[in-house]
Amino acid sequence: MKFSLSWLKAHLDTNASLTEITDKLTDIGLELEGVENPADALKPFRVAKVIEAGPHPNADKLQLLKVDDGSAEPWQVVCGAPNAKAGMIGVFGPPGTYIPGSDFTLKPAKIRDIESFGMMCSARELELGDDHDGIIELPASAASEVGASYADYARLDDPVLDISITPNRQDCMGVRGIARDLAAAGLGTLKPLDIATIARNGAGPDIAIDDPEGCPAFYGCTVSGVTNGASPAWMQARLKSAGQKPISALVDITNYITLDQGRPLHVYDVAKLKGGLVARKAHQGEKLMALNDKEYTLDDSMTVIADQAGAHGIGGIMGGAANGTDANTTDVLIECAYFDPAHIARTGQKLMLTSDARQRFERGVDPAFLNEGIEIATALVQALCSGNASEITRAGAAPTDQRVISYDPSQCASLGGLDVAPDRQKTILEALGFVVGDDWQVTVPTWRRDVAGWQDLVEEVIRIEGLDNIPSAPLPRKPGVAKPTASPEQLAERKARRAAAARGLNEVVNWSFISEKEALPFGGGSWSLANPISEDMKVMRPSMLPGLIAAAQRNAARGASSIRLFEVGRRYLETSEHPTIGLLLAGENRARSWQAGAATKFDAYDAKTEVLAILAAAGAPTDKLMDFAEAGDHYHPGQSGTLRLGPKKILAAYGVLHPSATKAMGLKGSAVAAEIFLDAIPLKKKSGHMRDAFAPPALQAVTRDFAFIVGADLPAGDLVRTVKGADKKLITDAQIFDLFEGPSVGEGKKSLAIEITLQPTDATLTEEDLKAVSDKVVASAAKLGAALRG
Amino acid sequence: MSNIEAIRDKYLQQIGSAVDGDALEAIRLAALGKKGEISLLLKTLGQMTPEERQEQGPKINGTRQNVADALAARKEAMETAALDAKLATEKLDLTLPAPATPKGSIHPVSQVMDELAEIFADLGFSVATGPEIEDDWHNFTALNIPETHPARAMHDTFYFPQTDEGGMPKLLRTHTSPVQIRTMMDVAKQTDGAGEPIYLIAPGRTYRSDSDATHTPMFHQVEGLVIDKGIHMGHLKWTLETFIRAFFERDDIELRLRPSYFPFTEPSAEVDVGFSVEKGRRIIGGDPHGGVDGVGGGWMEILGSGMVHPNVIRNCGLDPDVWQGFAFGCGIDRLAMLKYGMDDLRAFFDGDLRWADHYGFDALDVPTLSGGVGA
Repeated sequence: MKFSLSWLKAHLDTNASLTEITDKLTDIGLELEGVENPADALKPFRVAKVIEAGPHPNADKLQLLKVDDGSAEPWQVVCGAPNAKAGMIGVFGPPGTYIPGSDFTLKPAKIRDIESFGMMCSARELELGDDHDGIIELPASAASEVGASYADYARLDDPVLDISITPNRQDCMGVRGIARDLAAAGLGTLKPLDIATIARNGAGPDIAIDDPEGCPAFYGCTVSGVTNGASPAWMQARLKSAGQKPISALVDITNYITLDQGRPLHVYDVAKLKGGLVARKAHQGEKLMALNDKEYTLDDSMTVIADQAGAHGIGGIMGGAANGTDANTTDVLIECAYFDPAHIARTGQKLMLTSDARQRFERGVDPAFLNEGIEIATALVQALCSGNASEITRAGAAPTDQRVISYDPSQCASLGGLDVAPDRQKTILEALGFVVGDDWQVTVPTWRRDVAGWQDLVEEVIRIEGLDNIPSAPLPRKPGVAKPTASPEQLAERKARRAAAARGLNEVVNWSFISEKEALPFGGGSWSLANPISEDMKVMRPSMLPGLIAAAQRNAARGASSIRLFEVGRRYLETSEHPTIGLLLAGENRARSWQAGAATKFDAYDAKTEVLAILAAAGAPTDKLMDFAEAGDHYHPGQSGTLRLGPKKILAAYGVLHPSATKAMGLKGSAVAAEIFLDAIPLKKKSGHMRDAFAPPALQAVTRDFAFIVGADLPAGDLVRTVKGADKKLITDAQIFDLFEGPSVGEGKKSLAIEITLQPTDATLTEEDLKAVSDKVVASAAKLGAALRG
Repeated sequence: MSNIEAIRDKYLQQIGSAVDGDALEAIRLAALGKKGEISLLLKTLGQMTPEERQEQGPKINGTRQNVADALAARKEAMETAALDAKLATEKLDLTLPAPATPKGSIHPVSQVMDELAEIFADLGFSVATGPEIEDDWHNFTALNIPETHPARAMHDTFYFPQTDEGGMPKLLRTHTSPVQIRTMMDVAKQTDGAGEPIYLIAPGRTYRSDSDATHTPMFHQVEGLVIDKGIHMGHLKWTLETFIRAFFERDDIELRLRPSYFPFTEPSAEVDVGFSVEKGRRIIGGDPHGGVDGVGGGWMEILGSGMVHPNVIRNCGLDPDVWQGFAFGCGIDRLAMLKYGMDDLRAFFDGDLRWADHYGFDALDVPTLSGGVGA
């Protein structure tokens, strides 16, 4: 909301400085966005007189002027404006002046071989309007002001304040409401609102309400015999300060009252109406061309103002294009209605149409201000356009019931934390228009629809008293020892994240949404935004991998040779969101080096190593995991797998990414990746700090090596599991330490060498014991078709 | 000089001039071997009279010991010399690079979330989470933002075609405040509406359809909520001061509360933090009154807060006449930028390894109270 200081002072009698006012506005919740003084940019411009005007010797369309701006010598100015002539008074910018409307600084220049100093300016060049057909022509009376600052002459030295109004404060969407708040905050007194008594003659217009829910009250009167010209300079200046373009007196009056009083109005050209006006529901599919030259298709939840011919406006939001006032208007009908806020909000949302009127009606204009509104409007129409006013027709009634709140002044301290004396609280509330009864029954003014409960009254008191005055009060410290405030899931996630970073992976944060194309190889997404910001950010990711592949691609394009990325985030599936760690390794695993030779690439085992380390950090029972295939179509079919707890519970999928998945996203070369499904990890319930009793075994463990010839297709993991199971008491570990394939072991065969660890518990193992275990190992392996290598 | 002494001197002289292990072994055999000269002499002791034995015994045994010691000493000296010679040939150029370990990093957003969890744990706040795909009730209606509320338009909400049970479109949460609702409703349910104190923060991803230099359609927010008996704005102010000062690790940080409006709090306050300018950069803390904005100091908006609106408490099934409290919401990305001096929000979501190397944190930079929450 923008307004000039002089406008504010039309309502507020104050000696406060501009800074005091702007500081106070922010302090009471009307946040200052900025202050601009239009005079600042216009300081160098002076009122000047053209004392001579003659033809330019080298150009038909240029003139050669001598300009007096009060300096000792007149300036020679080459001027292209068709209206420049000797004797006219205009606005002159001397050399060195910055021209705000054209964004350049004047320098002495030769124009068609004639020297020119400075410039006579158009309205557009000074950002005072759109006119650029000629230079500004000031009235002859300005001759006495030659040499004076133009900003002073035109009274432009009037700072414009821009404040942001929160949605609850419709009462401050008019300058008067802002003045009332400032007065309550001690910055002067609110001037009384003088409403002239108007002589009214003749019956009011024919007005009816057919939609009392959408439009509970509709007041109207006509003013006949008006002359609709330009509005006066004071009104134009105020409208411009608010960022509005003056149009004509009648339209400007409605805009002015909207901004001045927060009271939207509408005017109709009576000649363009057919019969009386009615506020009715729109017909389903009814079309209306609005003032913004856009056609809207309405439905029967919306309220229109219509005559016999059809709808003339979307009630409380925007008028129609067909019945606007113009220079030929002689009879005008003034509408001052009350529209239901919820109806306005819904209509505005549906039509995606916003306006100054909608903003005010949907926040709730003062329902008790209809008479004042139409009287102020009528008085202004008569004052600016003359004419005879009719009686006011009043259809319906606005909901003016006033809310009464039982208040206890001690609530200011108990909620607001600020002890304010009851008398002071009463003064504040009364200055804001509340009526405080002896028993602290507080009546809310009709313009404060936002105040509903005692909490709101506390806010009114403390915002005027100043939130800075609230003393800090420490939170009560709970007795007893501090308990962990993170959940087991959060701790697991935290540990997993730190483990991944400790292993050399770099954490990234990718968008939760990806493109449909990126989601497709991952089965598409279940959640597609109806209003995405772009097609690239449309589908909630079903996998962490597309974002990681894209991030890897960007890094590769920037020349990164080794890319290790991970992200902790969520996958969004049809029924729920799943916390997941995704990781991706691309480029060089180890760079080429003097020691190890050529660079090495990542393989599926690298991904598995990371997965196991991160799973272990997150608390997963990694010794119980089983290897499965079926990591998904986006992985290499032969170089990927899953790690499961039992056949159904998948804790992680990993492997070499399918070349088509990386290629589709422009990532060159192979990449390995993994996803760790954090919510699938069973978390151990913490049951105290005590661990199981333990003493290191007194007897030394022994190891024995075996080499088996097995079928080339036999998963090594199967052999390990079988061997381990041969004697569950003695064998504590089994590790593959060699894999050999070649002619010496036979076609379709491979050799796997295993070291088993035996831990005796009671007595040292004898040769017989060892032989018995060996026999069990060999016999178990034989079940998988494994033979001891000879 | 007796015979014994002559034998000893001979062998000691031979040992001294032996050139290698073989020579030493030959000397050992000649002197101390089974048929060695000294061994044979020892055997003669048996045929001697006790008197002779008393005189000759120590001499011969002493000689045997002398020679054995000399052999051992000489052998050790030779081995040491040999090892030294061997080591001398094994010299490495240690200016060559050792094999590198890849350096990982923690994203600043995660780091700041951990810092917040630590700071608030000290105040007794636990960490809560909730879904990002939300419904209208939790994101808006329960928060006192009915369908026709003008504040809805300010939220730039992302919607899905899917609807909830009430027929309202599902949406991406526009703030972390729905976690407040979920927690309070859970508490109401678990306590049969009786309620119990709640102290929580809820960090997480949030979404708004907004994209420019300072806004990204996805961002991170942290919500704070306290519900208890007798909580007022003074507690809110103290909590925010304590949090902001602990986070930026400065005591000289001033906060300024400005009245504002959020549908879910009453009274509401926006909070500005004072900054000063050091070496041309804005630093949180110091004297905000030093000059005009951007030159000597000033205020910048950092979070929104207020006392939880009674309608919100009631909507969650708790009694607003019994339970009172405050809530606040703060941008995590912005906190990170202000503390660690990043100036480009978009870089947070780009995954650039060079950025991660510069602004990321070491895995072991775990924020702790004892170590300071600022890494």
